[in-house]
Amino acid sequence: MVDLKSFGNKEMKLAPGHRLCPGCAAPIISKLVLLAASDYDVVVGTATGCLEVSTTIYPYTAWKVPWIHNAFENVAATISGVETAYRVLKKKGKINKNIKFIAIGGDGGTYDIGLQSLSGALERGHNFLYICYDNEGYMNTGIQRSSATPIGASTTTDPAGTVRPGKLEFRKDLTAIVAAHHIPYVAQASIHNLNDFLTKVKIAIETEGPSFINVLSPCVLGWGYDSSQTIELAKLAVETCFWPLYEVKNDNWILNYDPGDKKKPVIEFMKSQKRFKHLFKPENEWVLKRAQEEVDKRWEWLKRMCEK
Amino acid sequence: MLFIKMKKTKTNRIKKALSGAHAAAEAMRQINPDVVAVYPITPQTPIAMKFSEFVNDGLVNTEMIRVESEHSAMSACIGSAASGARTMTATSANGLALMTEIVYIASSLRLPIVMNLVNRALSGPINIHGDHSDAMLVRDSGWIMLASVNAQDVYENTIMAVRISEHKDIMLPVMVLQDGFITSHSVETLFTLDDKSVKNFVGEYKPKHNLLNTENPITIGPLDLFDYYFEHKRQQAEAMEKSKYIIKKIFNEFSKLSGRKYDYFEGYKTNDADFIILTMNSSVGTAMEVADSFREKGFKTGVLSVRVFRPFMNEEVVKKLRNAKVVAVLDRAIAYGSHGGVLFNDVRSAFYEQQKKPKILNYIYGLGGRELSVDMVLKVFEDMIKLSKGKEIKQIQYLGVRD
Repeated sequence: MVDLKSFGNKEMKLAPGHRLCPGCAAPIISKLVLLAASDYDVVVGTATGCLEVSTTIYPYTAWKVPWIHNAFENVAATISGVETAYRVLKKKGKINKNIKFIAIGGDGGTYDIGLQSLSGALERGHNFLYICYDNEGYMNTGIQRSSATPIGASTTTDPAGTVRPGKLEFRKDLTAIVAAHHIPYVAQASIHNLNDFLTKVKIAIETEGPSFINVLSPCVLGWGYDSSQTIELAKLAVETCFWPLYEVKNDNWILNYDPGDKKKPVIEFMKSQKRFKHLFKPENEWVLKRAQEEVDKRWEWLKRMCEK
Repeated sequence: MLFIKMKKTKTNRIKKALSGAHAAAEAMRQINPDVVAVYPITPQTPIAMKFSEFVNDGLVNTEMIRVESEHSAMSACIGSAASGARTMTATSANGLALMTEIVYIASSLRLPIVMNLVNRALSGPINIHGDHSDAMLVRDSGWIMLASVNAQDVYENTIMAVRISEHKDIMLPVMVLQDGFITSHSVETLFTLDDKSVKNFVGEYKPKHNLLNTENPITIGPLDLFDYYFEHKRQQAEAMEKSKYIIKKIFNEFSKLSGRKYDYFEGYKTNDADFIILTMNSSVGTAMEVADSFREKGFKTGVLSVRVFRPFMNEEVVKKLRNAKVVAVLDRAIAYGSHGGVLFNDVRSAFYEQQKKPKILNYIYGLGGRELSVDMVLKVFEDMIKLSKGKEIKQIQYLGVRD
């Protein structure tokens, strides 16, 4: 575990004044990642998305570290190029310091349109950390459905209607897909557990080869809740086992939090969010039931994966 | 050998037999770039394969990124070039189409990436052979585009492209075109330079800004809205404009090594010609053969070959063609819905303000690798002669296609 106090006097590498929404988890995640990596020189790549458009509106930038944005679906390929250039230039003696590379993408740029680019970069074994801030939809373009959107959620491309109550498919399990690449380090984390998250970033950044951390990123606008509740919702997602905390270290699956008998029903996570509001009508009860069944099924699967 | 005229120079020139693709790979070996990110596609693949041998046999210091798509190839090239590494790639047709989004971003970020484009027909229907539809897809993308008549041109254009793209007043990516299969897979005699001469000519890449400079962090690729985007695009256009004059300087500098002369448009017997075919890439050779046969019959025929397709030099093309009676522009791609092909439109537009101008015909030829035969070119010269004698000739025609 990291010593949280040791971060107290570190400079924040993401400056205030960016234009992300109040209560948005993306800048919290970014700041924490940069904080946990603050012992190193880092270069950050960001996929097109909320974080990118809100932190770098020309001629301003909120980034106090070297930063590159290329397009939506290619941050992993872009950072591959940066990391490879670094290796060559270092070998040639043109650079003599150690630099760490971090790619950040939302769920749209990671689960969906950027999945191929990510998979390619993982397979090639570049030395980088990929952070996915998963807000469960295309929030930057106005809350459209992604493959990370959970069952029952109303989005602008799959809204709660009279014959179809929003998304009816279960979300993609990207963390497990990434783990299937057998890279050295994969984890799921949450912003309510600072120690767990910062420790994971520190492990990942110090890992040789590719590493990946998936972080749930509550979205005030897309999920529909009071901006004071961001951390609370992140916590509920973990306590309901909707977003379990675990890591896969060299193919060893380790559960970081098991609520045991205190596992809360998933509606505890869902009920305060406007995107699920329609599910609490009697005719849509079956969706809530299916959501709970899937959370239970995946939780049991994860526990089996983590059994020694 | 038609176009390989050389003066004596102090440089060692080595006679070799190479395909166009291997000529590109050989140039890349001598350039010894820092990073090559590439994905295989026919007919570009022999470049990637040959260069991979060079890498794995330790003949270059290059790090190769064997990416999972052309989209990632160009994306990785951007990351690499932004980090201050000399970066190259190669592609064809559908591969270029897949990476087109990033091709535009490369030029807008002003990154000096050099890419060999082995021209192939775009799908559909799917076809692996040569035409210029892929090049036309990206003609407005802000890349400098150099065309190659043969393997010799491919080799020299690739080396010159490095200097052109990295020039501080240009900082634009450069594409080197060659015809798929006809050039890329045909073995020709060519003369290369010794490794040291190429190394000295390309020099070291020292960019002004560099992503890896952590002491002076920069932000690359920010959101650029209506208040600045337009100015940045204009700067890009001005860099392209400036490149026109710098390209010629670099051509002249390279001439001293190679003994060959390079120009935006290169004429074959065009000085006194009444009838000139303007074309690009491998068809130049066929057109020259036929022009010679008409010369023997007493007609003043010639061929103008495009070396610098983008930027397109209006004043230069006018200078070379204005004394002709008739010009026939050969386009190896259809610009659907336009009045004729892209080159035809470029040339015709260049002459708009001119008082003295030739009549200009357009021929669409060679799509999907269809051969451009001597008979087809004969017909083009015959049409031009007939037109000069007052006979009516259709302005835009297809060559060698069934009705």
